[in-house]
Amino acid sequence: MPKGIRDKVAILGMGCARFGERWADDADSLMVEAYTEALADAGIDTSQLDAAWLSVAFDAVNIGPSGIPLAVALRLDAIPVTKVENYCASGTEAFRGAVYAVASGAADIALALGVEKLKDTGYGGLPVRTRGTMHDMVGIVGSAPGNFAQLATAYEAEHGVSRADLKRAMAHVSVKSHDNGAKNPKAHLRNRIDIDTVLNAPMIAEPLGLFDCCGVSDGAACAIVTTPEIARSLGKADLVTVKALQLAVSNGWELQGSGWNGSYMATTRIAATRAYEEAGVKSPRSEIDLMEVHDCFSITELVTMEDLHISKPGEGWKDVLDGLFDADGKIPCQIDGGLKCFGHPIGASGLRMIYENYLQLLGRAGDRQRSTPPRLALSHNLGGMPNQNVSAIAIVGLEDA
Amino acid sequence: MSIIGITAFGAYIPMLRLQRSAIHAANSWFAPGLRGLARGERAMANWDEDAITMAVEAARDGLGQRPRAPLSAILFASTSAPFADRQNAGIVKEALNLPDSIAALDAGGGLKAGTSALLLALQGASAGPRLVVAAEKRKARPASESEMLQGDGAACLLVGTGAASGDLVAHFIGHHSVTADFIDHFRQSGADFDYGWEARWIREEGHGKLALDALKSGLQALGVSPERITHFIGPAARGVPEMLAKKAGIRPEAVRDTLSTTVGDTGAAHPLLLLAHCLETAQAGDIIALLSFGQGVDLLLFEATGKGAKPRLGVSGHLARRRAETNYLKALSFTGALALDRGMRAEADMKQPLTALWRNRRTVLGLVGGRCTKTGTVQFPRSDISVNPNDHAVGTQEDYPLADIPARVLSFTADSLAFSPDPPQQYGTIDFEGGGRMMAEFTDVAPGEVSVGQLMRMVFRIKNSDEKRGFTRYFWKAAPASKEES
Repeated sequence: MPKGIRDKVAILGMGCARFGERWADDADSLMVEAYTEALADAGIDTSQLDAAWLSVAFDAVNIGPSGIPLAVALRLDAIPVTKVENYCASGTEAFRGAVYAVASGAADIALALGVEKLKDTGYGGLPVRTRGTMHDMVGIVGSAPGNFAQLATAYEAEHGVSRADLKRAMAHVSVKSHDNGAKNPKAHLRNRIDIDTVLNAPMIAEPLGLFDCCGVSDGAACAIVTTPEIARSLGKADLVTVKALQLAVSNGWELQGSGWNGSYMATTRIAATRAYEEAGVKSPRSEIDLMEVHDCFSITELVTMEDLHISKPGEGWKDVLDGLFDADGKIPCQIDGGLKCFGHPIGASGLRMIYENYLQLLGRAGDRQRSTPPRLALSHNLGGMPNQNVSAIAIVGLEDA
Repeated sequence: MSIIGITAFGAYIPMLRLQRSAIHAANSWFAPGLRGLARGERAMANWDEDAITMAVEAARDGLGQRPRAPLSAILFASTSAPFADRQNAGIVKEALNLPDSIAALDAGGGLKAGTSALLLALQGASAGPRLVVAAEKRKARPASESEMLQGDGAACLLVGTGAASGDLVAHFIGHHSVTADFIDHFRQSGADFDYGWEARWIREEGHGKLALDALKSGLQALGVSPERITHFIGPAARGVPEMLAKKAGIRPEAVRDTLSTTVGDTGAAHPLLLLAHCLETAQAGDIIALLSFGQGVDLLLFEATGKGAKPRLGVSGHLARRRAETNYLKALSFTGALALDRGMRAEADMKQPLTALWRNRRTVLGLVGGRCTKTGTVQFPRSDISVNPNDHAVGTQEDYPLADIPARVLSFTADSLAFSPDPPQQYGTIDFEGGGRMMAEFTDVAPGEVSVGQLMRMVFRIKNSDEKRGFTRYFWKAAPASKEES
């Protein structure tokens, strides 16, 4: 096992644009909004950046190809810019590029910036796009809700959970995230909802109703990373360091092989085990203080509690209903509103999750600040479909945690 | 000496049956005169069915599990073939996973096409078994008589030789054909709808003279006296088979039901569909006279053996496998007569790279997966490196056809967001018995009909269409299998 990334890289500064339907703004403005906040937080200027990573998933309908749009928008000093795309896990992928560059010594200070401009498509939800020549012939485009809804039907069958119990648990997930999002000035959706609203909402993809689905937003988020030594030399006292960064990518076993029962994300289980090992976490349920997970749909968040080895398989729905993941629960999940309410500008989401964990660890989260000071925070960023996906996990924490 | 005849037969009738009362209810303000036709139901292709997909299903119905490799030719007959220039029979051949070394022919141009293809196949049967498929999904103008009278469907006849008549379902006695440019209706190339002439003229001059003369002289030439006919299959026009039988001296009880109240007239496929229906119950020694009408006449005579292969469902099974459809607007939308607002999600470009389709034609059109010769792992699609997590063997896979293997649902959804011509789009992950898994679209499925563990049967359907360039893309979908089918 490689030694890993633990404590080799510190976050120097972070920024996040307000997420939402940013009708008045181009992607460039969103990038600049996130970047100027991060630059001010880091206390550096553009000339000090050695390399940059840009994440965007639907480049064809917003900024176009290559790393050039980032270099142009931020007027970078002709530094290397790498554009990454890994479905909805692209944001964490950009972060990983920047962190690895610093850890390798190739860069002293690196930037990761994720952006997505989705509200230029003319319709709600994610844009319809090809998934490659072969997939277009034998695969199903469907919709994101349709792909993730299958988690719910398989989960019911696998664990003998009734539709009514599961719908109630899924509704709790969404009600909780709306409560949290209401306290977040940068969130896309800031309205509180009640459980009946969720249960009576129109069906999008059986059994997922409207409020089981996250918002699709415009937005950008970014991180500036460096070594702990350089961070201290730049005057930073309380450091948030990277404890683990893991990615697990499906090799087709779930979709084409046999043995996967459809009720969980196999990659998340693998990535979580690797991440805890890298971070030195022995008992995640007692050691992880805060979670930002990929709640593209309520059912995704629910089964992710199991896949992260926090809840036992088949019991995540009970932990949800017990309030374990509420803002005042044992391990808050989506204390910023999550994808559900903060919003989901695809390429930015992984970085937005790390942004929230960073703020919470430093006690800078304002009205939504966790009462018990967190020391270790996990983010989980999932791209693709349950049956074929990219699962990315980042654990960040206080330097001495 | 070998005997030529029919060795197997099958049929396909789409599950949906549009109620003629619903057609009339919507159109009575405009065409009250159609009331007299507003009885019973007509078979209605699902949005993802056309003459090719129905021909494939009819062929599967007739061929069953028998080996397909010995087939020497495939003939496809239709006046509503999806492609004017891309051999339709060739697509059926790929879907049936027949070997490449096979002759093929598309027959069309008139409603005799089905019987003419059958005749051609019979005449060459000594060269090897030949598969004849006929299918029709004709368009009819809303509020027309044709809309009431027509139906969608397909039939299949396998012809070949037998050492004794017991190897055959029916042996071929002979035929009599007449060709004459009697234009009861016509449709120019590329046009959507038929233009028809006065029914009284067709009945008196067409059926009453042209067809009757052909029937009489045919029977005489073949040396079969009319009273020996056990089953007479005539044109699907009201009262016409009865009239022909009476005037030709065929016993009235020999006249076969034309399925006009249950299926409707399936055009070039109809004589073959009715023949397949007749063969289900024909007894040894029964003489079957099959007469088709369309710019002339084909008369074919068969003697049933009362033996031989039975279809998987046949006409009877398909008649029973039905779902009444009362939504006339849905029917119009399915045929393209009514352009509903499909929304921006329907705008995606469906361009098919033809190079990729050629490379993957067995995978896409034949639903052929891979089986690792080392570990036995079955997968779809096949790949250079096995999906087996315990042995990623390289280059070990052989073709493994999945189309006829039952599958069970692992997970499913009914998706109201994704575009579908028949929302919600239903799909899920399915596991094939004996290995292999795929995410498949579901078709012929009612909301709430699918559950985890449900048994499914694969069917060949339209996946989508590239409307910009005029190209239909086909693939396989999963449909709920009835208990009889399992």
